Amino acid sequence: MITILDFLIILIKEVFVIGICLSLVPVLVWLERKGAALIQDRIGPNRASIGFLRLGGLIQLVADSVKMFFKEDIMPTSVNKFYYYLAPFIAGMVPLMTFSVIPFADNLQIAGSRIPMQVLNIDAGFLWFFAIVSFSVYSVVLAGWASNSKFPLLGGIRASAQMLSYEIPMGLSVIGLLMIFESIHLNDFVVQQGELMWGIIPKWGIFMQPLAFLIFTVCAFAETNRSPFDLAEGESELVAGFHTEYSSMKFGLFFMGEYISMVVSSALIVTLFLGGWQIPYLNTNMIIEHSKILMQFSCVAGAMFSFFISNRLNDYSKYYKDRWKDSRDKEAGIFSALTMILGIALLATFGLVSFVELPDFISPLFAMVAQTGAFFGKIFLVCWLFVWVRWTLPRFRYDQLMKLGWQTLMPLALINIFLTGAFLQFLGNK
Amino acid sequence: MIKVSREVKDLKEDLYIFEIVKGLVVTIGHMLKNVFNLKKLPVIDYPNQEKGIPQGYRGMHRLTQREDGTPKCVACMMCATACPAECIHINATESENKEIEKYPERFEIDLLECIFCGMCVEACPVDAIRMDSGVYSIVKTNRRDFVINKEQLLAVKPQSESAKELNIEKPMHDYK
Repeated sequence: MITILDFLIILIKEVFVIGICLSLVPVLVWLERKGAALIQDRIGPNRASIGFLRLGGLIQLVADSVKMFFKEDIMPTSVNKFYYYLAPFIAGMVPLMTFSVIPFADNLQIAGSRIPMQVLNIDAGFLWFFAIVSFSVYSVVLAGWASNSKFPLLGGIRASAQMLSYEIPMGLSVIGLLMIFESIHLNDFVVQQGELMWGIIPKWGIFMQPLAFLIFTVCAFAETNRSPFDLAEGESELVAGFHTEYSSMKFGLFFMGEYISMVVSSALIVTLFLGGWQIPYLNTNMIIEHSKILMQFSCVAGAMFSFFISNRLNDYSKYYKDRWKDSRDKEAGIFSALTMILGIALLATFGLVSFVELPDFISPLFAMVAQTGAFFGKIFLVCWLFVWVRWTLPRFRYDQLMKLGWQTLMPLALINIFLTGAFLQFLGNK
Repeated sequence: MIKVSREVKDLKEDLYIFEIVKGLVVTIGHMLKNVFNLKKLPVIDYPNQEKGIPQGYRGMHRLTQREDGTPKCVACMMCATACPAECIHINATESENKEIEKYPERFEIDLLECIFCGMCVEACPVDAIRMDSGVYSIVKTNRRDFVINKEQLLAVKPQSESAKELNIEKPMHDYK
């Protein structure tokens, strides 16, 4: 029986997950543009501003999205309207649905009840993930076909063949993990990854199954249609591939969908191979036990970091005193002051934590916040890997792509299964 | 014909993954170097700073003047004839000064047609038209304004003078 409280908890988790996914999109676009710029020895977007607020280029994305909303929405007369409209919806919606099975912290033991920190706590686990993520191929295929134009059609065909081919090694590479962890519930995976191997190395998937990690990551790149596998929108050959005929916010949805699926793929990579919400060498009980000292430590570390940032911003504002010759010049100074205040506030929290007796429910909450932070920090790092690879590698040729998928990754995944089985047989269970 | 060998050197190169890691190291090297030396990035803050352009750059045209302020041009139509884009339009009139004989009543250059090849400058027998203004960014709000007339052409200054007036600073970073 589901009570109103349960319902509220689920609603809060849902809003949290969707909010995080959607708000990571502009951050990732910013990361991509700034990262690309810095890799190529440029500065990147830094000019757009609301008043004095520049945020190092983040405001550029506000300008971009306003532009995208208000642009003329052109629809070619020859399209199949229903599927033409359906495609961007699928592109934007499907990745958001897949995030729901991913646990972002350990089960919260609070006031006698146990709250799982994942929206959809079902036993199907990542089978759900694979089932739903396969839908995203429909957005590409439908967009390509419904546009009734040659370039989108070619892009759609390419993308569908590519995504279907890479789904197979992707699925096969995870089987090794299944054999080790003996569960398909994602939270079980993460809990088991908290143990230590030979007392030193955390039992993360990447250390247990390095080959599977490699295959899975390559396939995740291909699944999200990211470079070096972005043949579906290879602009040198196909204009813009499957979304050539889309304009304004319909294009925006494809664009957002790409970044959301990037977040979701990195979330799964983190959950399966990088220990999920586990903080290495600190399991949940240890965090709750030593919560006081850990809180003190994180307050002090955060305060030090704030002061460091504040100092750097102060240098920056002195160096660029009259760069823009308007209120934007004061931004760095203002943020320097704000981070200084933040640092002082953290020190005050340190005092509060040290000298005031804290209620019982703070410790599990602190553990949850710390684990959620660790989880999203890891996601951010994997997303950076996506960006980093995009600005390093050139695009594959189509035959190379297919050869890699079928002749290299699939046999490797099969070998991985065989090796894992052999190890488990001869070295005893785990 | 150049034949590019597609043979791979050894197994390590054939495995591809090590080569990818090598590439990733190169890009992250650039990235880290730039994050910690943002002030030394080899870029200019363009509209706020200008790099300045080399001598001999073919910028916007200008008409040179005599000491009394009249154009040196004698309306011989050599530039208009030499122009491959046919963007120079000259109406000649008789001058009151007998030594000069002719001067342009109308001298217009359509900057949208112009391809900035510099042939007019080479064709001119009296050094009346030059492209040493150093102006490379010509911004107008409608097409008609791009047809510049004699007065505007006479008002354009050579680069050395205009550089002083625009207060072009030295670029923020030195290039190597």
